[in-house]
Amino acid sequence: MPTLFENVWNQHVVVAETANTPAVLYIDLHLIHEVTTPQAFSLLRSLNLSVRRTDRTLATMDHSTPTTPVSSFKDLAVVGESAVKQITVMEQNCADFGIELHGFNSAHRGIVHVIGPELGATQPGKTIVCGDSHTSTHGAFGALAFGIGTTEVGHVLATQCLLQRKPKTLGVDITGALPPGVFAKDVILALIGEIGVDGGTGHVIEYRGDTIAAMDMDERMTVCNMSIEAGARAGMIAPDDTTYQYLHGRPKVPKGADWDAAVTRWRTLPGDDSARFDRHVTIDAAQLKPKVTFGTNPGMVIGIDEAVPQANDTSEQKALDYMQLSAGQAMSEAPVDVVFVGSCTNSRLSDLELAADILRGRKVAPGVRMLVVPGSQQIKKDAEARGLDQVFAAAGAEWRESGCSMCLGMNGDTVASGKLSVSTSNRNFEGRQGIGARTVLASPATAAASAITGHVADPRPFLRDDV
Amino acid sequence: MTPLTHIRSRTVVLPTRDIDTDQIIPARFLTSTSKEGFGEKLFHDLRYDTDGNPIEDFVINTVAATECRVLVAGNNFGCGSSREHAPWALTDFGFQAVISTEIADIFRNNSLKNGLLPIVVDEQIHDWLLSHPGADVEIDVAHSTLTFDNGRQVTYPIDAFARYCLLEGIDQLGFLQQHSDAIVEFERRYE
Ligand code: SF4
Repeated sequence: MPTLFENVWNQHVVVAETANTPAVLYIDLHLIHEVTTPQAFSLLRSLNLSVRRTDRTLATMDHSTPTTPVSSFKDLAVVGESAVKQITVMEQNCADFGIELHGFNSAHRGIVHVIGPELGATQPGKTIVCGDSHTSTHGAFGALAFGIGTTEVGHVLATQCLLQRKPKTLGVDITGALPPGVFAKDVILALIGEIGVDGGTGHVIEYRGDTIAAMDMDERMTVCNMSIEAGARAGMIAPDDTTYQYLHGRPKVPKGADWDAAVTRWRTLPGDDSARFDRHVTIDAAQLKPKVTFGTNPGMVIGIDEAVPQANDTSEQKALDYMQLSAGQAMSEAPVDVVFVGSCTNSRLSDLELAADILRGRKVAPGVRMLVVPGSQQIKKDAEARGLDQVFAAAGAEWRESGCSMCLGMNGDTVASGKLSVSTSNRNFEGRQGIGARTVLASPATAAASAITGHVADPRPFLRDDV
Repeated sequence: MTPLTHIRSRTVVLPTRDIDTDQIIPARFLTSTSKEGFGEKLFHDLRYDTDGNPIEDFVINTVAATECRVLVAGNNFGCGSSREHAPWALTDFGFQAVISTEIADIFRNNSLKNGLLPIVVDEQIHDWLLSHPGADVEIDVAHSTLTFDNGRQVTYPIDAFARYCLLEGIDQLGFLQQHSDAIVEFERRYE
């Protein structure tokens, strides 16, 4: 019996691979954004090619877009001449080639990996690519979704296909009920800590088990999102009723009888118990604690109440030096300067609710700057309808327009050199959030608890009964 | 793309593990709309101090490095984002090959499309290369061999198609376009 991945792969093979040539794989959905596409459009222009399937291409602007609150999008001030040009070029390219763009004025603008699912463009069984490594997020719906480079963006624009070698499969079974204070983010950090940042290289991960089955779609997206941080090509979760309930009625899903037919088709996608993986890993979720990173890659992970471990080699020592942490020190001793809740990992409504629940009636510690950046304009609207913006404002946090923001600091939202940031994003690489910025990755709950206490903090004492 | 058949060069060694694409080319330089000029930004934050002055003892800043075509890096080079700006920066600087014990998937794919040869070697060879910076190496792309100046030779794994494209300087888009009938036929069946 094939795995979920193999089922999706097999359905999209246009030309089978041979020893000498890769497979030609058909792509159902191509998501594009401003940063990794201009050179691909230039190639199309120079070869006089058109976009083969504009109906399978969806564009947004997220990476370099400002998130400072404005009354009109006309007032958005993009940082830097070249970023302004890049955005103008994106608008021009989408207009010239006839691509649907959710630009500044669109109510659906947002982080590319947030709006795909939100619009229902992301669906089970689809092949989805984007010039962005966190495309793995969409695998939460049982899609085969992976990041590609700009040359390949050009290939998909021109042919709707990609040349691919079939990756190996890695089964990750996650079982047990999550203890209070432990969330999807802690689960994926625990896995990366376990298998390492190269543990998934060459593989597509399939997450399975009752922990995953019990997760809602927001949580599943958080898990799949960080598959790339384990080096995996993609991460996938078998679609089920949770998936179908999330998608039903969204703008881009089939309607009426077509919907029923789609669900019937989607139900045939998952592999069964006889599905064989090239490798297998298990995680006991019931034993997990809230996790934080202490180094400069997402595999350097410890439990919130643990001490920073000894460096095993010069690379690890270099990471500790950069983080200004020493072995044996408790993470909870580290004073926090900035807290960022956002990014395609943790910027969906339930993430914001989680942070707000902890902040409600409390204050961000003096000297700490907290930024809350919703993943899309739609999430911003939904959050405001629930009064979350008021909770953040009352606590002293900044409430922003949607975008990638401080996840990669391209839009002017950066962490100053030497400052420590507790961030719900996905990468704690040196300089990721700003030159010299020190990043601790954590769940929205841990981030919110850290904002209140002013140091890296265990969220468990702050949980309300209903969380 | 220019065909890549032979590389003969001294090596530059960056022994750090898990060098990610943010270190190869920081995000704030990604606002360009062309592929040119990324070489001077290569390893920017490791290479220049906060005032923008080159850090003298960083290996990429040495005169010898500018002549080198082969970069030897710690395990798991190129992890992180899918930005093709990373191989653009490396090739623009002058590199034609990267050697490590592991090279991240998307980075490897992107490199092969830009005439940058990713070479994976075993730990023993890697250790030797790490401890012999500036070693003379010769790479024969057609035979997938890496030869050291002491005469030792090893073969490295590479996908046959990727090798063919490097040797011929072929752009893979042309290959895809040759399958346009099959793509039309697939869409007819599929939709
Ligand atoms: S939020 Fe961060 S990781 Fe996600 S797409 Fe934007 S920059 Fe990339």
